[in-house]
Amino acid sequence: MRPVYALAGGVSKFAKARPDKTFQAIIKEAYDAAIADLGLDFPAFTATVDGSVASYFSDHFSRQLMAGIMAQDYLGLCPKPSHRVEGGGATGGLCFQEAWKSIASGHMDVCVAYGFETMSHVETWKGNEFIALASDVSWDYPVGGFYSGYYAMMVTRHMKEFGTTVEQMAHISVKNHINAFHNPYAQKRHRYSIQDVRQAPMVAWPLTRLDICVMSDGAAAVVLASEDGLKRLEEVGATISRPLVRVAGIGRGTDAMRMSDRPHLDYDTFMRDYATEKERGSDDTRAYYRGLWDRGTRYPGVHSFRGGRVAGNMAYRHAGVNDPLGELDFVELHDAYTSSELQTYEDLGLCRYGEGGPFAASGKAFTPGLDYGLELPDEPICPVNPSGGLIACGHPVGATGLMQAVFATWQLQGSIEAHFGDPALQIKNARRGAIHSHAGTGTYISVTVLEREA
Amino acid sequence: MAKLPNKRAETLGGYIVHGMPFPVEIDSEALAFLKKLTPIQIEQTYSVTYLHSYGQDSPWFAGAANKHLLASRDPSSGYTYATPRGHDMASGEETEWIDITNLPAHVHAFTVCHFGSEEFLPETPYVLAMIEFEGVDTLFLTRLMGVDPSQASLDWIGMPVQPHFLRNSKLKPTDVYFIPAG
Repeated sequence: MRPVYALAGGVSKFAKARPDKTFQAIIKEAYDAAIADLGLDFPAFTATVDGSVASYFSDHFSRQLMAGIMAQDYLGLCPKPSHRVEGGGATGGLCFQEAWKSIASGHMDVCVAYGFETMSHVETWKGNEFIALASDVSWDYPVGGFYSGYYAMMVTRHMKEFGTTVEQMAHISVKNHINAFHNPYAQKRHRYSIQDVRQAPMVAWPLTRLDICVMSDGAAAVVLASEDGLKRLEEVGATISRPLVRVAGIGRGTDAMRMSDRPHLDYDTFMRDYATEKERGSDDTRAYYRGLWDRGTRYPGVHSFRGGRVAGNMAYRHAGVNDPLGELDFVELHDAYTSSELQTYEDLGLCRYGEGGPFAASGKAFTPGLDYGLELPDEPICPVNPSGGLIACGHPVGATGLMQAVFATWQLQGSIEAHFGDPALQIKNARRGAIHSHAGTGTYISVTVLEREA
Repeated sequence: MAKLPNKRAETLGGYIVHGMPFPVEIDSEALAFLKKLTPIQIEQTYSVTYLHSYGQDSPWFAGAANKHLLASRDPSSGYTYATPRGHDMASGEETEWIDITNLPAHVHAFTVCHFGSEEFLPETPYVLAMIEFEGVDTLFLTRLMGVDPSQASLDWIGMPVQPHFLRNSKLKPTDVYFIPAG
């Protein structure tokens, strides 16, 4: 596999509704921003890019099949190769990895990944119904299942098994909203307190509206290239930001669509197949997990995302990451729910299974230098969702994972101030970060590690 | 004092419009002005009736219609699925039907839905629960009745429950729901 670099990206403003433009024109906003970041004009980029990957989740929301090719022709990319990627909430993350594959394999030298979703065309609870149709329509949807309900069930189990509290989850909402206060691309830029989160209307106990991301219209685009692609872009006048940002590792995992079907594995299987290298190598952690299993914990059950652990371990092996908390300078992860961010801390090895609650309230995942109005016992170690995440930025599904890739690239380029007009969210000397994209209740999950070259 | 709503609910619908404002004279100035207009939005109804097959899971629905809760078991390993599966995940072999109607059952996880998909909004608040059965390896998603949605508590997890069947089957998984045992 050849080295692949994330060179530039663009994000449209995420908003509740964008009736001013069709989806193709919203994608073009993000696409043009990525081209502008390269210092190229539209014809020069069109002449140099080899192809694309399109990312969007639902044909229902736009009531348009084959939307990908409509974007492709609007962007003037026909007859270059392209295909659509769809994997629920993980669509954007999978799209980024498909673009990586196109280049790593030698099939392309310059590939653009673009994605969108326009969710405003139906009312909120019809939108929830569309998303709920991404659960088993024989067994889960007809019972009244919908995604906030599914995640709420997962977290009641997490609370029961591990003592996780709603206040710990609310820390994540406060953190991500206040981070987004400094991100002009974010849909929601508000300061909330723990009390605000808990007093918001209840959606699915114990998750309130402020524990849950919103639906959005928006688009994002990322340009990836090989070393040959870099040269070709520079030959036509591109200004490539250096040090380069390299895709250092990718991983993916899955789990059963119906949470009911997920296994409840014993300690030995967990340690053999799912523990991180660091967990396996620690006497203390092995004893800790033995204690959990002695008290009845089984893995993953419905309290954990097994696919997230598999994706993380795979990406870490690929990138040579042994201690995620110590070796990642930030993580942009899929916080469709505060509960899922908390659970994902565990899957990604930022803390041990069962310790996501205390970790969420510790301060370790907060961004340095910001005033959250909270008493946090620990200093930040690995900021999580410094952009504000899905909870505050919004979640136009097909764009979301690519938005994470754009923000991560800007972090590693050190260009957050240039793009946000505010330096507050720039992680100082960020050298390595991870992005994590996640489909409904952990069915498809992708993890990508990005590194700034020395 | 209770907080009163200060916003009216937003809904679609309204007058049917005939005729659309447009420059009477089309000159270059008028054409350029078209770039400054707000978008036209129209309503489109989308409705469809599907003929959905339960396929190999069909006997489960016939069982529920006759007050039997069926499950699937791998004949070689005995691994048992509370929610039917035609084939076992590990062996790939076809599963066999077993009856778990009278097995001891408990709440494994739950939520109270105060909102839901549009189809289910009229039923809110309702309780969703995942049920575990003794000797069964996987769970079953269902509605939990007989508990107060306004008094949600983690103590509900572990509660013994039992199935209850609709008298008039609707051929949906909600033909069975669970209530506290006893």
